[in-house]
Amino acid sequence: MGLWGRAVACLKEILVVTATDLREFVVNASGGDDTALAAVPDALSAGFTLAPEPRVTTQRLIWLDTFDWGLYRAGLMLRFEQARRGGGRLLLSRTDGTPQAEQPVTSWPRRPRLAEDLPDGPVRDGIIGLTRPRALLPLARAVATASVTRLLNEDGKTVARLVTDHITVTAPGTTAPTAELPARLAVTEVRGYPGQARKAAALLATVPGLGPASQTTFAAGLTALGRHPSANGAEPEITATMPAPVAVARLMLRLLDTLELNVDGVLRDIDTEFLHDFRVAVRRTRSALKLLGGVLPADLAGPYAAEFKWLGDLTTPTRDLDVHLLGFDAMAAQLTDAEPADLEPLRAFLVRRRAREFRKLARALRGPRFRAITDDWRKALLEIRDAGGPLKPTAAALARATTGRSFRRIAAQGSAITAASPPESLHNLRKRAKELRYLLEFFAPLHDPVAYRKVVSDLKQLQDCLGEFQDNEVQRAEIHDLADAMLAERAAPAATLLAMGEIAANLARRQGEARAEFAARFGRFAGPAGQERVRVLLEGRP
Amino acid sequence: MKIFATYNIKGGVGKTTAAVNLAHLSAADGYRTLLWDLDPQGAASFLFRVKPRVKGGGKALIRGTRTLDDAIKGTDFDHLDLVPADFTYRNMDLILDGAGPTTGTKPTRKLARLLRPLAAEYDHVFLDCPPSISLVSENVMHAADVLLIPLIPTTLSVRTLDQLTGFVAGFNGHRPEVRAFFSMVDRRKKLHQEIIAALQSERAGVAATPIPALSMIERMSVERAPVTAFAPNSAAARAYRSLWSELTTRPAT
Repeated sequence: MGLWGRAVACLKEILVVTATDLREFVVNASGGDDTALAAVPDALSAGFTLAPEPRVTTQRLIWLDTFDWGLYRAGLMLRFEQARRGGGRLLLSRTDGTPQAEQPVTSWPRRPRLAEDLPDGPVRDGIIGLTRPRALLPLARAVATASVTRLLNEDGKTVARLVTDHITVTAPGTTAPTAELPARLAVTEVRGYPGQARKAAALLATVPGLGPASQTTFAAGLTALGRHPSANGAEPEITATMPAPVAVARLMLRLLDTLELNVDGVLRDIDTEFLHDFRVAVRRTRSALKLLGGVLPADLAGPYAAEFKWLGDLTTPTRDLDVHLLGFDAMAAQLTDAEPADLEPLRAFLVRRRAREFRKLARALRGPRFRAITDDWRKALLEIRDAGGPLKPTAAALARATTGRSFRRIAAQGSAITAASPPESLHNLRKRAKELRYLLEFFAPLHDPVAYRKVVSDLKQLQDCLGEFQDNEVQRAEIHDLADAMLAERAAPAATLLAMGEIAANLARRQGEARAEFAARFGRFAGPAGQERVRVLLEGRP
Repeated sequence: MKIFATYNIKGGVGKTTAAVNLAHLSAADGYRTLLWDLDPQGAASFLFRVKPRVKGGGKALIRGTRTLDDAIKGTDFDHLDLVPADFTYRNMDLILDGAGPTTGTKPTRKLARLLRPLAAEYDHVFLDCPPSISLVSENVMHAADVLLIPLIPTTLSVRTLDQLTGFVAGFNGHRPEVRAFFSMVDRRKKLHQEIIAALQSERAGVAATPIPALSMIERMSVERAPVTAFAPNSAAARAYRSLWSELTTRPAT
C-alpha cells in the first residue's frame, strides 16, 4: 500500500471510530423517557421503514471485581451473563466496552469465587494474575430488557438495527438499593451497510431529549448506585501546616476506616486479603502509636498500643496458616527428591488447623473487646481531629523529626551488623525498616514525589532482602513445629516428613542467599548517596 | 471452514433455493455461514433482498483490488452473510483467466485461494454456482469440500451425475465429496418414484431426502426470504431441514 493508501486507510479508521462513538444515545434525565422515546419512530421514519421485533429479550447480569477493584484498576470489567436455560458466560472487556475474552460457565454462585476455581478458559487466563489471591465479588447486578427494531431500506432489507435497553441495577446485599438507568438506544450496523447505520444515528441525534451516551452501562450503573473505586480508601487529608495532633488523628482515622472496612470480609472469609489488609492496618496503627503517639494527649497511646497488640496477636495464627496454604503449590513444586503428593497430608493438616484458628479469631472479632477498641478509639480520634489544638509543632515538623530519627537509627543498627551477627539483629533491623516505610507513607502527601520515590525504592530493596531472610527463617521454624504437631496427632506419614525436610533445606538455602545480599542492599540505602537522598527528601534541595 | 457448492449443468433445477435454505439452516444452527451468489442472474441475492452489485465487479474481487471481505453483506439473519452477485460475473471465465495477485495460481484454483482468508471467520461457506460447464464451475469444484447436486428425477439426470462423478474423480489432490439429492420431485408421478428408488440403491452419495416440488418453495421469490424462515413448519421447510441434517450427520454411502 502506498503512502496515499495508508493515509486513506488511517482516515477511514478514524471515521469509523468516531461514527461508532456516536451510535449510542441515552435519554437525558431532565426530559423523561417517554417523550423522547415516543419521538424516535418519527425521526427514523424519515429514512427507513421500521419493523419492530415482537420479542423482548431480558438479560440478567452480574458485574464482578475484587474488593480492591483489581480488574477496574487494570482497565478491565468482568460480567457474568446468565443464559435463559441455566448456566451462562463470563465476558471480559475493557472499561470502555471493547471485548477481550469470553468463556462459558455453568453458573455464578452466591458465594464469592476465586479466579483459580473457574474452569480453564480465556477469561480465567486474562484475570487470574490480576485478582490472585482475591475473590471475585458482585459489584452490581443488572436486568436489561432489550427491544429491537429493524430498520429496512426500500427493498425491505434490514440495513441497521435499533436496540432500546431499559436497565435496572441493584447493589449486592440484602438491603440493596435499586436504580433505573435512563433508557439507552444503540444503532447496530449490519455488515456491509455502514452508511445506513450512520444515517440512522444522524436521525436519532435530531431527537430532542436524546443525548450521546458518554458512559458505558457499567459506569452508568456504578454511578447510579454510588459505587466507585475511590470509595474504598483515599489518602488522609493532611497538610504541612496542620497541627501535628490533628494530622496524626486524621491518618489514624484513615487506618481505622481500612480496618473496619475489612472486618466483614474477614468474618465471611471471602478471601485471605481481607485479613491481610486488616493486619496491615493494625500494624500501621501500632507503628503510628509508637512513633507519633507522643503528640496525642497523655495516656492515650499507651493503652491503645496494648489493645492493638492484642488485636495483632489475635490474627497471627490464621494469617500464618494462610501464608502456608497460599504458597503451598509453589513450595510443593520445588521438591526435587520427594513427590508433591507426599505433602498432601501436610495440606490437610494446615486446612484443619486454619479452620480451628479462624473460629477463634471470628469469635473474638464478634466480641465486646474488639467492638470497644474500635468505637472508643474512633471517638477519641474524632475529638482530637475536631479540637484543633496548638499550631506547633506542625505536621511537617513532626514528619521531619520522626523520619530523620528513624533513618539514623536504621543506619546505626545496620552498620553494626556483621557476618557474625545473630539473626535477631536482622529481624530487629527489619522492624525498624518497616517503621520508616510507614512513616514515609503516612507523610507522603507532604513530600516531593520524586525525592519520595527515590528513598522508598532504596528502602524497598532493603526490606525485600530482610523480609526474604526472616520469612525463610520463620517458615523453617514453623515446618519443624508442624512436623512435631503432626507427629503428636499421628498425622505424619514418613514420606511427608521427608518432603518437609527437603522444604526446610530449601528455605535454609534461600535464607543464606538473602543474608549474602544484605551488605550491598544496606550500603545502597544507608551509604553516603542514600543519606543524601533522605536529606533532600526532608530538607529540600540545597 | 467447510465449503458446500450447489451445482448442476442445467438451470432451473433448484440450485439456488437449496443454497439459500441450507445456508439459512446452517446459520440457524449457530454456524457462521457465508453464501456467495456466483450466478450473474443474482437470484440468491434477490431472495435476501441484497442488491446484486459488487463495487468494482467480479474483476476487482478476483484480481484482488478489493478483498472478498469488503464485498460481504449481512443478511437479515444472525450468523448469515452474503457476497452478492454482480452482472459482471457473466464474464467470470475471462476474469479468472486473467492476471492479478493470484497470478501463479492455476486458473482453476483461484476461487479456492480467494476463500482461504475467510477460514477464521466462517464455519460454512455455500457457493451458489451458475449452470454450465465453465472455468467458473471448475473453480467451484476445486474449492468445494462438498458438491451438492440437485437432480430432477429423469433418466438423463443419472447420466449427469455419472459424468460429474467421473470428472471430479480425475482431479489431482483435493477432491470434493459428491452428494446428490432429488429436487422438484412430484410424488404423484410413478416415474419419479421409480427413478429415485433406482438411483438411491445404485449410486453412492444420493441423499435419502427428496425436495418435493411445492408452491411454498416458489413463494420464496414473493416473500424474498428462505422458506425455512418464513414458513418454518411447512412441508418444504421440513424437507430442507431433513436434507441438512442428513448432510451434516450422515456420511455419503
